[in-house]
Amino acid sequence: MSPDYSFPLAPASTESGGAGGGFVAPEWSSETVQLSLWRRKPLLIVGLVIMSLFVLVAVIGPFLVSDPRVTNPTNFYKSPSGSLLFGTDKFGRDVFARAVHAARLDISIGIIIAVLSMVIGSTIGVISGYFGGLVDEIMMRLTDMVLAFPGFVLALVLVASVGNSVPNVVLAVTVAYIPYFIRLTRAQVLAERELEYVDGARLAGNSPWRIAFRHVMPNSLGPSFVQAALVAGWAILTVAGLAFLGVGIRPPTSEWGVMVAEGAPDIITGKWWTALFPGGMIVLAAMAFQFIGDELRGEELM
Amino acid sequence: MLRYLGKRVLSSMATVVGIVIIVFFIVRVLPGDAAIVRAGPYATQEKIDEIRAQYGFSDPLPVQFKDYMSSVFTGDLGTSIRTGGNVTTELVDRLPASLELAFYAVILAALIGIPIGILAAARKGTWIDGASRVFAVLGSSMALFWLGLLLIYFLFFRLRWFPGPIDRLAIGTKPPGTITGFYTIDAALHGDFGLMWEAFRYLALPVLTLGLVLAAPILKMVRASMIDALESEHVRTARALGVPYLQVLFRDGFRNALLPVTTAIGIVFGYMLGGNIIVEFLFAWPGVGRYAYSAIQVNDLEALQGFVIVVGVLYVALNVVIDLVYAWIDPRIRLGHKVDA
Repeated sequence: MSPDYSFPLAPASTESGGAGGGFVAPEWSSETVQLSLWRRKPLLIVGLVIMSLFVLVAVIGPFLVSDPRVTNPTNFYKSPSGSLLFGTDKFGRDVFARAVHAARLDISIGIIIAVLSMVIGSTIGVISGYFGGLVDEIMMRLTDMVLAFPGFVLALVLVASVGNSVPNVVLAVTVAYIPYFIRLTRAQVLAERELEYVDGARLAGNSPWRIAFRHVMPNSLGPSFVQAALVAGWAILTVAGLAFLGVGIRPPTSEWGVMVAEGAPDIITGKWWTALFPGGMIVLAAMAFQFIGDELRGEELM
Repeated sequence: MLRYLGKRVLSSMATVVGIVIIVFFIVRVLPGDAAIVRAGPYATQEKIDEIRAQYGFSDPLPVQFKDYMSSVFTGDLGTSIRTGGNVTTELVDRLPASLELAFYAVILAALIGIPIGILAAARKGTWIDGASRVFAVLGSSMALFWLGLLLIYFLFFRLRWFPGPIDRLAIGTKPPGTITGFYTIDAALHGDFGLMWEAFRYLALPVLTLGLVLAAPILKMVRASMIDALESEHVRTARALGVPYLQVLFRDGFRNALLPVTTAIGIVFGYMLGGNIIVEFLFAWPGVGRYAYSAIQVNDLEALQGFVIVVGVLYVALNVVIDLVYAWIDPRIRLGHKVDA
């Protein structure tokens, strides 16, 4: 039940056409390749399109909308319309402008957390898996303990005790996700280091550190990249969830979770747009990452 | 079996000790002075010093550690600065509300996740499978608070099907006498079915919020393990021998898929222990999550620390229970054989 990383281009290898192979690679025109990627992995395309839109909004959006901090006491609780796409909140702020500015913060936080936890986690994972011994034993017990907490609770108590700030939130959530990458990379490395090319590299006189990081690590990162896509989505959910509880990023920052927290009381009085629009952004962004990670992971593991 | 049980309990006790140490480390040792956080942003230096002395933060760390460990392991989680009450008793009082919510949410999640998972596996590759996959991905990327708000808006504000997010019962309704702490069960035991109905109505929205999200991981696990089971050789043999399809599906397929499903339900329970802060806050549910939320708002670290320890211990205990269920379902573990699955 190995993950399916096959890509439609893969069968068109040139080596199999030789005399001894007996296997003739099918011809792939560029049209069939595109069609089959769309047909085989439709959610991947959907995820990539949504994510590209978000990145675009995050990069250029803030230059195109009005200042999200401007309040307007005469223009509060305007329902969504052509000029105010997401309406206004209790202070008369433009919800759409705030959501666009928040995209930059949330998307970058999600990606930073995914990259940080992957880099740190897989580095530790390689050391732990390749060298084994005492370091491995200590790392495994440590990850056991960290994983003994629900990740959200761990991040919550970390931020609550070190204090609210964006860097603290990023670090706290990163810590919660590092163990997943340690485990994943370590398992890959354990399988990888038994292969013959590792013996070959050793015989060629490479130092253990060089083998671990230049030979074994690149071959062990596949699953971690997939995991990173999933983690980016979960990180956005976690950061927004923390902000919703008043931990971490605080008002009046334009952040999706903060906006939902500010707008939540309005729901009871029927003013749905202040909370449901920014919340929808969170779900849409998390979903896009989930689609991408899920499709890359292959269908069997879902 | 007994040896297995003993080993499992011992190793989980080690994990509990580890959790308690980690919490100490986070709250007391990490930069970000607990006394300053606790004193709030406008506190004077004297106030901070006073708090430091009051909570023993000025003692050397090893002394603090000893005091902390000895009080935690005698069941004393300290005093809440918000309420002035004992954290242990306050948490124990609120636990039944959380457990009732968790209990029904997991049941709902299993009722949604298991049948859809089986159906998706039996009809692998069809549109049913595709739809169930989209549902699963949506569930994994759903923000609990957003779904909760959506449900409140439509099912409470618009349609008035369910009561608003107030509490476990309507304001003024007297809760049933405590037997189990579950209002629904207590009301039924007292024979008050009107009250039981009311309790269910107030449970409906938070349970629906959690259950819909938690159904996703269960669905995924059921589908994946059902596919494994259905593609195994003994299922192929059974089918070749002409055993009726439904019998194959449930006797050969689902029974073998039960193990991973148990794991999934355990994971889901654990996830909920964290997620319930959000849901309990949203629905003003008076459980431990809501308690933690209130603690966070006023930097009541003692109470938050108590909550985290309780959640950690519950989580570990849950994993032990899951392992025992595992052993009970799977004779290979029960009889001490090595399992390679």
